[in-house]
Parts: sequence; C-alpha cells; structure tokens
Amino acid sequence: MSQFQVWLLPLLILSVTTALAIPLSRYLAWIMDGRYRGPAFLRWIESRLNTGPQSWSQYAIAMLLFNTLMFVFGFVVLSLQRQMPLNPDGKGMLAPTTIFNSVISFLTNTNLQHYSGEQCFSYFSQLFFVCWNMFLSASVGFCGLAAIIRGLRGDKHMGNYYLDMWRVCAYTFLPASLIMGVLLMADGVPLTLQASAKVATVEPGAMGPDANGQVQEKQEIARGPVAAIIPIKHLGTNGGGFFGANSAHPFENPSAWSNFLTVMNFCLFPFALVLMFGRMLKQRRHAWVIFGVMMTMLIIFIGWAVFWDSLRPNPALTAHPAIAGRPAVPALPVDQSLGNLEGKELRFGTSAGPTFAAATTAIACGSVDCAHDSLNPLAGLSPLTGMWLNCIYGGKGVGMINLLLYLIVGVFIAGLMVGRTPEYLSKKVEAREMKLAMLALLVHPIMILMPAGLFAATDLGVKSTNNPGPHGLSEIVYEFSSASANNGSEFGGLNTGWGLNDNPNPAPYSRPWDIATGLVMLFSRFIPVIAPLALAASLAAKKPTPFTVGTMRTDTFTFGCLLFGTIILLGALLFLPVAVLGPVAEHFGPIPFGG
Amino acid sequence: MSGTLIQEPPAPGRGPEELKLARRHSRRAGLFDPELLKAAFRQSLVMLRPDIQWKNPVMFVVEVGTGLTLIYTVAKLLGYQSAAGIGYLLALDFWLILTLLFANFASAIAEARGKSQADALRKTRRETPARRLKHYSRNGSGGLEGRGWQVEATSSTGLQSGDIILIETGEVIPSDGEIIEGVASIDESAITGESAPVIREAGGDRSGVTGGTRVLSDWIIVQITASPGTTFLDRMIALVEGAIRQRTPNEIALSLVLAAFTLIFLIVTATLWPLAFNAEQYMSAFTGGPVKSLGTDVPTLVALLVCLIPTTIGALLAAIGIAGMDRALRANILAKSGKAVEVAGDVDTLLLDKTGTITLGNRYATRFVPLGDYSAEQLAYLTALASAADETPEGKSIVSLYHKLNDARRIDSPVRDGSLQVPTNTRFVPFSAQSRMSGVDLPDGRTIRKGAPDAVVYYVKHGRGTIPANLDEQVRAVASKGATPLLVAEGNRLAGMVVLEDVLKPGMRDRFQRLRQMGLRTVMITGDNPLTAAAIATNAGVDDFLAEATPEAKLAYIRKEQAEGKLVAMMGDGTNDAPALAQADVGVAMNSGTQAAKEAGNMVDLDSDPTKLIETVEIGKQLLMTRGALTTFSIANDVAKYFAIVPAMFAGTADKPMLPWLKIVDVMNLHSPTSAILSAVIFNALIIPLLIPIALKGVRYRPIGADALLRRNLLIWGLGGVIAPFVGIKLIDMILVALHLV
Repeated sequence: MSQFQVWLLPLLILSVTTALAIPLSRYLAWIMDGRYRGPAFLRWIESRLNTGPQSWSQYAIAMLLFNTLMFVFGFVVLSLQRQMPLNPDGKGMLAPTTIFNSVISFLTNTNLQHYSGEQCFSYFSQLFFVCWNMFLSASVGFCGLAAIIRGLRGDKHMGNYYLDMWRVCAYTFLPASLIMGVLLMADGVPLTLQASAKVATVEPGAMGPDANGQVQEKQEIARGPVAAIIPIKHLGTNGGGFFGANSAHPFENPSAWSNFLTVMNFCLFPFALVLMFGRMLKQRRHAWVIFGVMMTMLIIFIGWAVFWDSLRPNPALTAHPAIAGRPAVPALPVDQSLGNLEGKELRFGTSAGPTFAAATTAIACGSVDCAHDSLNPLAGLSPLTGMWLNCIYGGKGVGMINLLLYLIVGVFIAGLMVGRTPEYLSKKVEAREMKLAMLALLVHPIMILMPAGLFAATDLGVKSTNNPGPHGLSEIVYEFSSASANNGSEFGGLNTGWGLNDNPNPAPYSRPWDIATGLVMLFSRFIPVIAPLALAASLAAKKPTPFTVGTMRTDTFTFGCLLFGTIILLGALLFLPVAVLGPVAEHFGPIPFGG
Repeated sequence: MSGTLIQEPPAPGRGPEELKLARRHSRRAGLFDPELLKAAFRQSLVMLRPDIQWKNPVMFVVEVGTGLTLIYTVAKLLGYQSAAGIGYLLALDFWLILTLLFANFASAIAEARGKSQADALRKTRRETPARRLKHYSRNGSGGLEGRGWQVEATSSTGLQSGDIILIETGEVIPSDGEIIEGVASIDESAITGESAPVIREAGGDRSGVTGGTRVLSDWIIVQITASPGTTFLDRMIALVEGAIRQRTPNEIALSLVLAAFTLIFLIVTATLWPLAFNAEQYMSAFTGGPVKSLGTDVPTLVALLVCLIPTTIGALLAAIGIAGMDRALRANILAKSGKAVEVAGDVDTLLLDKTGTITLGNRYATRFVPLGDYSAEQLAYLTALASAADETPEGKSIVSLYHKLNDARRIDSPVRDGSLQVPTNTRFVPFSAQSRMSGVDLPDGRTIRKGAPDAVVYYVKHGRGTIPANLDEQVRAVASKGATPLLVAEGNRLAGMVVLEDVLKPGMRDRFQRLRQMGLRTVMITGDNPLTAAAIATNAGVDDFLAEATPEAKLAYIRKEQAEGKLVAMMGDGTNDAPALAQADVGVAMNSGTQAAKEAGNMVDLDSDPTKLIETVEIGKQLLMTRGALTTFSIANDVAKYFAIVPAMFAGTADKPMLPWLKIVDVMNLHSPTSAILSAVIFNALIIPLLIPIALKGVRYRPIGADALLRRNLLIWGLGGVIAPFVGIKLIDMILVALHLV
C-alpha cells in the first residue's frame, strides 16, 4: 500500500468535515441564540419549557435535576427489561452493578459498555434507554457550552437549561440523525423490531449439530432497530454500539463509505462547536486559532497512530535481540508490508482502524471500528493521549469546555508576561476564576491515576487482565482514562463484564470495575461542566476592560503556540510516567510483553 | 521671517536631576551586600520552621518530602532494605535541604533589602522633643515675641493628632502635620534623600510637613495630623519591613494555581508507586527473581515530586513581590500597598498635569514679532529694557532671549556685550492688576510698556496711537498655537509682539510614544483655555486633554474613564486634588503636597516629580512580568526533569535491571539512574539562587506592544525553560561523573 493511500482517508475525513462544520456552526449559533422562530406548535412547546432566564447556579441545578431524573428512568428501564415489551428474544435482567454502570455510562455520554449489546439489551432497552440517553446526554454538554459562552460574552443570564435542551435535541440532533439514518440504511444498516434471524448456514453444520445430533443448528443473527441508534451514536459522540463489536460490526458499519460517514459524523459537531463558540462570542479569529491548535493535535494523533500501526510492523512478530537475560527471538515469517493487521476490519482499508481509533478518542466518541487492544503498542499511545487531554475537540461541548480550562490557565500564567494582570475576552482573570479552573482541571488526572494505581497494584486489576505486563497496565489505565474522559472505548483484553444477572461465568472482578468506573464517569462528567459554568458567570459579572496595544491578543499565531504549549505541559506531561510504563515499555520490551 | 527669531528652550535643571540619580544610586545597595547576605542566611534557617513554611504550600510539600527522605535515610542506616544506596540517599537529603534553604534565602534576602532601607529611616525616627502650644490663637502678626503663647515641653511620642506645636530653626519636626502659620525652609533629606531644602508654608498646597525632617530657617506653627505610631514615617517603615505587607490579588491567584499544580503532581508521583509496583511484580515473574526499582523507592518519588512541583516560582514568588515594592521605594515612590504597585501595571489612562510634567512649568519668550516700522532688533531692545527689572521667569526669559540674539549677531566680534545697558534714572513701572502692564519710563521721556494685548491696545488708543488692522488676527494666530502674545508699545506706537511659549520638556514626545506602545492613553490636565490646551496637547503628542480643569472636572473625567472599564492613574498635590486622587485607581500624591492629598492617594512620590507616574507604571508592569516569566520558566522546566527521572526510575541499573529497554527514553543519555535523579534535583535546587537576581531586579519591560512582548517572553522563558534544564542536567551529570561522585 502506498504512503499516499494510507494518508488519503484521514485527509479526506478532516477536510470534508471542516468544510461542513463551517455552515453547521452558523446554524448552531443561530439556533442557540434563539433566533429560530418555528411554527406555532414548536413555539408553544418552547414557551412551556422555558422557565425563564437562569443564573449559573440555577442552570447547574436544572442540569443536575434533569440528569437525576434520567438516572432514575434509566435504572427503571434496565431493571425491568424482562417485564418490558419489545423483547422478542426474551432478554433477562442485567447484573445490578452492570445496570448501575450502564445507567451512568449512558447518562454521562460515556457509553462504556460492560456488556455486549446484542446479548444483553432488548429492543425496548436499546430504544428507550440507549437511544433516548444518546440524544439527551449529548445535549447536556452542548447546553453547558452554550451557557458558558453566554457567560463569557457577559450576558446577564446563562439562558434556560430546558429550552436549550429542546433546541439542541429538536433542532439539531433530530434532523441530522434523520438524514444520516437514511444514508446508513441505504448502505445496509437494518431497522427492524423483528427477533434475531435464524438462518441455515451456507456450510452445513457450521454451527454444529443440535442436541439430538440430527438437525443442524441454525445460525442466530442478531439484528434490531440499528439504524435508529447509529446516527445519534456518532453525531452525539456517544459511541455505545448496538452490537458488542461496535462499528466493526457489518450491521453498524457496512462499508468503507459508511465508515467514512461514521468518522465524519462524530467529528462534525465537535468541529462545529468550536466555530460556534467564535460566532456566538463574535471572536471568530480566536475560535479559528483554537480550531487550528486542536486540528494540529488531531493530525499529530492520527499521524502517529497511522505511522506506528499501518507503516510499521507489529513488534510481536519481528526479531528481537537478547535482552534482560532472555535469548534472542527470530522474526516470524509474516509479511508485514501492510503494517499491523491484527484486529482490523480490512473492508475499510488498513489505515481506517488507526485513523478511527485516534479520532474517536481525541473526540470523546468511543465508538470503535478496530480492536484498540490490538494496535501496535506505540500506536495505542495515540488514543490514550487523546483521552488524557480530552480537549482535542473532545466530547460535544465538554471538549471545548476542557480546552477553555487549559486556555484560562495559559492566559493566567503567560498573560502576566505582557505586564498586565491577566485578562481573557477583556475580563480580568483572578483568584476565583483560577480556583474554579484548577478544580475542574484536577478532576481528570485524579480520576484516572488514583483508581488505575489502586487496580494495578492489586488483584482487582492484575487478575482482570489476560495480559500481565505493560500491556495489562495499559488496559487498566485505558479503562479509567476512557471512563474519566467520558469516552467509552476500551482496550478489550480486560475482563470487566458481568452481563446478564444469571451469567454463570462472570468476570471475577466485574463488580469493583462496574462501581469504580461508574463513579469515575459521574465525577468526571459533572464537576468539569459545573465549575466552568461558575467561572463563566464570575467573568460575566466583571466590567470589561478596554482593548489596547498593551492587551494580550488571543487571535494570533503566538497565542496558538501558547495554547499548544499549555496543553502539552499541563495536560500531556502528567501522564508521561504512565505512558512510559505502559505502551513504551511494551513496544521496546521483549516478548511476551508485546514487544 | 527675518524679524522673527527663535530661541531654543532652556536646558532642564541638570544639576538637581543628576543629584537625584546619584542619590538613588547610593540607595541601591549592592545586590549581595555581605551584611544583607549574613542576615538573610540566618533568616533562611529560621524559616525552616514548619509553621512558617506552611504559608507557602509548594515549599511546605518540599519540606515534608525532605522529612520523609531523612526518615528513609535513617532507616537505611539501621539496616532497612531498599533499592537506593546510602550515598545516594545522603546526597538527596543534602540537596533537598539545600532546596529549602535556597527558597528561604530568596525571600529572606528580599526582606533584608527592604529592612535595610527601613533601618535607615528608623534612624530619623528617634524620640524628639516637641513644644506644644496651649490655647493657640492667631493673635497679632510678625515675630514670635509678644504673642503670649504658653509653651509646654513634651516629646514626639506624647503628641496626639490635633495638637499644635511650635518648631523653630534647627529643630526636628516631631511628627506629621500641617503648617497653620509661618513659612520655613525645611531639609527633607532624611526622607527623600534630597539635600536641597524645600519651602513649606501655611495655606496652599505646600503646607504638609513630615516627622523627622528639620527646619532650617524661620519658625512654623504646625497642627499634628497623625497619632503616635501612625505617622508617615512609621507607616513607611512598617511597609518596607513587610509588617503590613499583604499578598496582592494576583499573587493570591497565582499561589492558588501553584498549590493546585502541586496537588496534581503529588497525585502523579503518589500513584507512580502502585504502577511501578505492578511492573516490579510482572518483572519478578518474568525474570524469576525479585525485582526492585527506584520506582517504589519513596525518597526517589520525593525527588521526582520536588522536581515537578513549581519550586522555582514557589521559592521566588514572595521575593518578586517584595522586590517590586522595593523597586518602587528605590525610585522614591512609597506605595501604600503592594496592590497599588500591581494595579499600576494595569493602568490604561494617565492623567498628567501640564505644568511640570509636560511643560517646564513657566512660559519662555521665544520670538519677537515687530510691527509697523520697528525692526526686530529695536523691538528686542525695547522689550528687554521694559523687562530689565522684571524678576518673573517670563521677564527673565525676555532679557535672556535678547542676549541670545545679540550674541548670535556678534558672533564674529571678539567683544561680547553681556549686560543690558539701562540708562540711569530709569523708572520701572511694576505690573499691576489694574493696568495689566509693566514697563519703564526712560529719562529721555520715552515710555515703554508691555502687557496683555487688550491692555496695551487700550493704552495705545488712549495715547491716540494707531492700531494695525490685522493685529487682532496676528494675536489670535499666536494664541491658537498654544503661545501667549504680549504686546509692546513705545509711547503710543505699537512696537511689536513678544511671543511667550510653554516650553515642552525635552523627550516628552518620545515618552508619550513609549506609553502609547505600552497601550496607555495620556491625558493632559491644564487650566489653560481649550484653544491653547489643544495646541499644546498636539505639540506634546498626548492623546487627549482636559482644559480649564477644575477639581470637579478631573473627578468627572476619571469617573467617565472608569465607567468604560479603564484604570486611571493620576498625580496631584493639592487638597482639591484629594477626591480625584482617591477616585483614581492609582493616585500618586507628591510629598510636597498637603496631608489630605497624601492621605487620599495610594502612593506618595518622595521626589515630588510629576513624571514619576510613568515610572510607576513601568515598575508595576515589571512586577507582573517577572511573576509570569518565572512561573512559565518553572513549569517549562518539567519536560527535561521528566525525561531525566522517569527512565531512571524504571530502567534500573546493569546489575539490577527493571525495564532496561526504557533507557531509550533517556534522551540525555545520563550516566546512571542515581546520577540522573541527583542531577535533576541539583539543577532544581541551583536554579533558585541563580534566578534570585532576576526576581529582585525584575524582567526588563520593553514597550513593544503586547504581542511582540508575549512572543519574546514565550521564547525566552517558555522555550528557554524547556531547553535550559536539558543542558543544565546533562552538565551536572557530567560533572558528577568527572568528580567520581556517582
């Protein structure tokens, strides 16, 4: 495969998405500023929902209240799965901790799945738990960003949470999902409420004989209302698959075209939200600088993953010199000219896997179309770093919010170097703002490193992985990074699932995993949204200072470099020791450590 | 214009200016004066006390870590098994303690420098005798005799606010107060360092006197305005000693950020233990023997923590703040709080008094414009005659302009006629408010008058002289350029016009340009009419002006600017400036000003130099920049430290390998794990004293615009901060190897 072909897919995705994001950002700003006047019945709904302008705390309380209701509702739906309709395959109840984990997981837009969709969820659960949550949880982050923008531009109120939720769901996600659903169905994604198909295999007896040894067992092919869920799964950066195999499953992602659409879909809104930020603030150059910094990082992530995975051999198959008292290992007779093909869906092309992996983690989607666990060790560093930073476009709204936190810290420290007390968007950044920003920034590393340390040093982690050694450590760290970044993708080698309550063979430590990741998702979701809300409100209350030549500009190349440096120094470096102990140690180490 | 001759503006008072600089230089004690060093060293040991260290979270964490390392060292000496050797542990202890001492030393030296200034001031604050007047009333006039005042002897400590005291020649003024009667020349050198005496008198804006200064001549009656212990001098000493030094808002916010960073890195290093433990477990299983690495060695984790947390800025933060105040003090600006200095850096608008700041203060004759059949020479001669007895600066400037013209004309002649030949029996007619003219009556009967245009025109018309038709036009033309025309008449004939101009201080245009590049707007405050003010404003290059300024107008202007979100700085001296000084974000009162003005402002300029406002802004900016630059540097340093320590912790040594292939991460190719960690710790410690001079002197401010400044500082302190430790750690490692210490 030529170099050109390897890079073509990522290039195409990034350029097409950017082109589409520009008009979309305009539309989003128009919607969120409430300039859309729909037909009378829509306006009636709006007037019912609008409880009046809210302060930051009212907005935050409304958000928490709404999420609490969603939590209760989700818990009820999943707990009563057996009693609910639309269950043609007669799925039973999930294990209680799995319910706890899944409810939080979908509530927080994480979609970490400690279960396999086609085995554990009825169609009712898929539609009224998964699909429903996907629309609403994606809107929460979006609304949070909209409220923060209003604060930053000095509005008296942060808007109305309920009205914002309606606008996002009804005017943006719903129409976009309809269009995408039709496109995906045209490509072969099923939409049905019929039970799994039972078909005779082409090769007789492929599924083995039945109990009495006569009739050959039929193959059971899971299906369902897939096309209803997949569009919002990506547009809302949710990432929770209908099937356990997620976007590698042919019913979720039938072809290279649908794969292209998928990546474009989950990039689209995060791209557009950065530009919407600029439009709503009337700081478009500033937004483009941020966009540029994010794009640079995303290109680095994708480039890194594709380089180490598609252009470099799998180190587990190459020759190794004698090391650490171990004899030299000869290379296996495998043609590795196409890079590492383990865990890839080749119908998408070789570089599609690493491209998808890097993008789905930088942008907190979490949908996967290859086995992240099987990426070459150094290529796996790319998705890990994407989640550690969690602000390279990031999840819908929250990615931009996270970036604002880095930006505020960068502005605060470097802003002093122009000889003024720091200002952002002509508001002074003082102790209260820094307190809130640091609080929000602290959550992420704490929520990754503390539980990862706990699990890595005890049987909780060590006995849950099939791969002792640096790869096992990577898996543990990945799980918590994914939970804390509200991403939802996984390094699959970890046994965390219990599944249905009557599962005779649950993973030994699935309960601690369910509870720990559940709590991590919860804390990492709400603190980093609510603290910035308070921060924005605090800035909103300040008198703007006039812009002079002595003011630090936020729309220049210099500022972009500053932002880039801040993210690297404060975000990425924290995880350097973990990266060294995990992927780096694995890559350079001897077999059986993957290297 | 043959008849129009231009005079160069007079040279500014070089003498006093040089004196001032020399004095300031003498105050600038060497950065590392041995006396100061000794005091600072002692103080840095005292500051090891945890209750003092607690106030600085970053250094407190270092202290706790050092304690932990010491415990491990003792345990090792008692036979506890660990991955680290005893020599390594001892070296670590040594350098961690040194890190603490260096940090303490940085604050101590800054405080010591402040103290040395305070001690100098304290010498003037000894108890002085005072004479309190009982039942003072303004009876009679003239000398002291026969007033019948009852004098009661007391001392400076016994004086209360409101007491009225008498001070005579040679006596030291016991406390701060306001002159209510009398005029005296006062030596204020104890406070300002200025040896030239100043005049202070009752009423007006120069009535304030300061305790500790000395009356050189005459006597004054002073009403005390300060209670004991709260005099100007007391507060000043307290300030420089840091006794009432409070952390500024920006400093508080920055310490908060630093504390949060410390917490983050604490978590990073604390969680490294279980992660390294995990690696040790599987490596033990892999190699079949027990594997111990530095990754689970607590002293090594402490070393990593100390290197990662922003110790550099944590150590220097207090020193930077104190040094900012100190720099202000060395410029003879007394800031009432550190916050005032910080705010000065943020100022958007500067209100500058025209007189004394933008112009030299007096009008100078610059041109003779003859009218009718008079020549320029004739006019010059007549005017000079009329001004020969005029002692006002304007009058003197006319005579000096005449001489200058004469000199220029006789440039070839060996004889220079220096003096103006005034005929004997000439009668001088002084200026009076009624005639608004002055002049001479010569013995030959000629009368020469000079004065305001309308007065002279009236005088000429009265003598049935003729007035040129375009005179009005000419007069207005001069006035519209910001100059003041005087007409000169000989008898009833109009001889011409003398143009008096406000002379701009040299270099002010450049300074305003500089201010503009800093993003500051300059506003000229003047009592002149709008026409004149506009002309001077244009000439001086200020951005705006406030003409016919009354105290109310000043206050209104400040409020208007503040409503737009701007921060305003102004300087004032009079009581009527007090409201504006209080309203302004930075109000600098002149020391020569009234007590009310000094109370209202948040800074006092001991030199009473109106251009000081500009310096104040630069000191403020420098303070903020230094803080930002060293923070950036401190955080950028972490990159190299990670690359030095992390592979060292996990790679292990040749005889005790852990993950030996991780040596590939060691981009600096350091000698051994222990030398790598020690080198990082040593670098981390040494960088503190190396940066003390920068913390104390401040990063230089350049008025090149925020964008260029940011780019420059990001390159120096950001990129430099990334690169410097790579070089430094490698060098230290090489030295350690060369000395066979590792």
